[in-house]
Order: sequence, then C-alpha cells, then structure tokens
Amino acid sequence: MILPGHLRSLARVAGEVRVDVPAAGAAQQVTIGAVLDAIEDRFPVLRGAIRDHGGGPRRPFVRFFACEQDLSHDPVDTPVPGPVAAGTEPFLVVGSISGG
Amino acid sequence: MSGVRVLVGTRKGAFVLTADGARLDWKVDGPFFPGWEMYHVSGSAVDPSRLWASQSNGWFGQQIQRSDDGGASWQPVGNEFGYDGDPGDHQWYDGTPRPWKFSRVWHLEPSATDPDVVWAGVEDAALFRSSDAGASWQELPALRAYKGSQWAPGAGGMCLHTIKLDPADPDRMFVAISAAGAFRTDDGAQSWKPINNGLNSGHLPDQDAEIGHCVHRLALHPAKPSTLYMQKHWDVMRSDDAGDNWYEISGDLPTDFGFVIDVHAHEPDTVYVVPITSDEFHVPMDGKLRVYRSRTGGGEWEALTTGLPQRDCYVNVLRDAMAVDSLDDCGIYFGTTGGQVYASADAGDNWSPIVRDLPAVLSVEVQTLA
Repeated sequence: MILPGHLRSLARVAGEVRVDVPAAGAAQQVTIGAVLDAIEDRFPVLRGAIRDHGGGPRRPFVRFFACEQDLSHDPVDTPVPGPVAAGTEPFLVVGSISGG
Repeated sequence: MSGVRVLVGTRKGAFVLTADGARLDWKVDGPFFPGWEMYHVSGSAVDPSRLWASQSNGWFGQQIQRSDDGGASWQPVGNEFGYDGDPGDHQWYDGTPRPWKFSRVWHLEPSATDPDVVWAGVEDAALFRSSDAGASWQELPALRAYKGSQWAPGAGGMCLHTIKLDPADPDRMFVAISAAGAFRTDDGAQSWKPINNGLNSGHLPDQDAEIGHCVHRLALHPAKPSTLYMQKHWDVMRSDDAGDNWYEISGDLPTDFGFVIDVHAHEPDTVYVVPITSDEFHVPMDGKLRVYRSRTGGGEWEALTTGLPQRDCYVNVLRDAMAVDSLDDCGIYFGTTGGQVYASADAGDNWSPIVRDLPAVLSVEVQTLA
C-alpha cells in the first residue's frame, strides 16, 4: 500500500507498506474491505482516518486507486486487481486534491 | 525556578513555547503534527507533564494526541467519538432537520483532580468524557437531550467550544455551544439546564429565548466560581449566580463583539476582552489591536495597547486563543489569526510578541510551572 504523507506520519512509517491480506469467500479473492481491515489491524491509529470507524464508509476526501483504476466507489467486497492481490502493484490511498 | 509553558494550536500544527518566570526569552518548539489543524492543546493541572491535543483535518478526520513529557513527544490515543444511541437530527442554518454528525473536537478540558480524566467538546455539539487517559470516549448524553433537536449551528459550525469546571463543586460544570447557548450541570452531567436568562440575541425571532444564543466564550475565577463572564455574539455579559441570570457589562467598550474573554489569575474582578469590529467584519476596530481590561468586573474598560500594533492590523483572535498564567505578576497571552502570539508579563500593561509568523492561531493555553 502507498499511504499519503499525513497517514504515513500518523502510522510512523516511511515509503510503501506491505501487509498480508487473506483471500476469502468462495472465489478466494482479496477484497477492498480486506485490504482496509489489514492496514487498520497493522496500524490501529489509522482507524477512522481512511474510513469511518467500524468498517464504515470511505471518508469523502479519501480515494482508492490501483492499476490505474479508481476503486473509490466500488463496494468493499469488490476484489482488488490481481497484481495488487499478488503484491506486485500497490493499493493507493490518496487524499483528494480538493480542499488543499 | 518557576516558568511557563504556552501551548498553541494553529491551522497547520501545534507549538510549545517555554520561558522562565521573567517571560522575556522564549524557546519555540514545533510544529508538532505539521499540516494538521490543531484546534486545542491543553495541559493537566494535576500532572503538568500530561498534555492533550486535538488534531484534525478534513481529509483524515480526528486524532487525539497525548504527551506525558510536557510536549517533547506524543502518542495517539482513542479517536472514536460515537454519539450515544441514535442521535437524530438538529436544525440546520435554514431551520430544516440535519442529522447529527461528528466532525472534530474543539476543546479538551483536563480534570482538576485526575490526570487520566478529560472532557471533550465536539462538533456537532456534544460532551464526551474519557476516564482512561484518552483510550476511549463516552458521550454524556443528557446535555443533547435538552432540546438538542432545536439546536442550530453558528457561523463556525455547531460546536461545544467551552468547558468550565467549578473548582468548588466537582458535580458542577458549565459548557457553551455555538449557537445553542450556555448550560450548567449540578449533578455531574446527569442533567443540564440552559443558563441563558438575560441574554438578548437579534438573530432569534424570540430574542430572549431559552436556547439558541450564540455564546462565544465563558470565563470564571476559581475564587468566585459563581461569577461568570461571557463574550457573546454581541454583548459582554456577567452572572453572579452561576448563570441563572445575566446582565450586560459592555459599558464603554468601543464595540462589544468579540470572541475571547478571560480573568486575571489573582483578581476576580479584572476581566480581559479583545473587541472585534462586528459580526460582519472580524477584525479589530480601526486597524488597532487592543486588549481591553476592566478592573471593576465590567462596565468600565481601559484600552491596553503598549506593544500591540495600532495601525494596519486586521487579524482576529479566536475564542480559545487567550489564557492567563498564575505567576505573581499575572501573565496574559493571546494568539491571532495572523500567526502572532503576544504575551504580557504585567497583567496587560505591556505586550510583546513571542512569535510573529505562525500559521493562524486557533488556541492558546498556558501552564505555570513550579
């Protein structure tokens, strides 16, 4: 995952972050929700910073990108692109350009 | 040797300013949490090393940071502020229903007796309490139960911005909400009553309504906790019966609009305000930054200008941005939206800037260190 600067500061990490995300469901796929669960489990300080507490909706000024796709409006049970699940491409959490 | 620690919250980070008792040479640390809006930074009176900070921004929401070493280092603590039950709706600016939604913490008030206890005033207005050093927060819901559905926001949002603890009565507390008014509890937040009798507000159809007044700030002196001072959206007010009744003390102020109000640490009848031109123009009158002091509990005011800019000054002083220390020569401090933090080591007779070019200042608190 690639986090925006403010969240890297909060989580006290630098650069890209790697998290292990289990595949689940009948199709054994890694979903957007599972990725978010994993990053929040690894860094509890990020709870409420990317989405509402308790696995709630994405915060309005936060976007999810991967493999040149915008995943922001996809349901959380949507599988992430294959390269993301394989760990060869990052899942990007991006602060919206608005409000700067 | 005694000293002071000034805690400054700004739009782009927090700063800690320290000096010895002379308050002439200052050390500036920060910015902590660069780029974040720091609505309030406050310190425990019980354990001065324990500090609290409200850290937020529109992208990533709310964090609460705690320091246990006087601001040298910080750690995030609990940041979940969930309303008790289904909060329902309050009123929006146009009178239509609007769901309660948490957006940020405006004010953190540490307990006077327990370093692990702290109250939080939030937007949309509600009162929360933590008793585990910030790990978790619980709403005290009885406050919103008092006609919360009729509360409406002020220009800055519907915020619970002031929390005052009665030092003589652990069950008594005062809060102020923009724009619901002032409230008091006498039973440890189990129940609340509005304390707005005597307030007049032109923006209300019923100008002396029980709730709906835009109270900007409350102040009290620990030696006279039943005497409250209020800076309202127009009018400087005073109560001598713990808020049951208010009367106007604007007196000879050049304008009685403003945000801050505070009381001298050793003189319960010495009060400070910073008059602002009007509700439509939030700058000092005539480009002159003036603090006004009354030594008579209001009514008669004198302008304090030595060391403050008296021309071309168009900053604002926000409601949580003034504080006093408790050294023998009471120090007064305030921060501006222009990024200056001014200090007076002689109760306001003379002023000098501690810093000039911070981001816009949102809050100022000061700890007196032994």
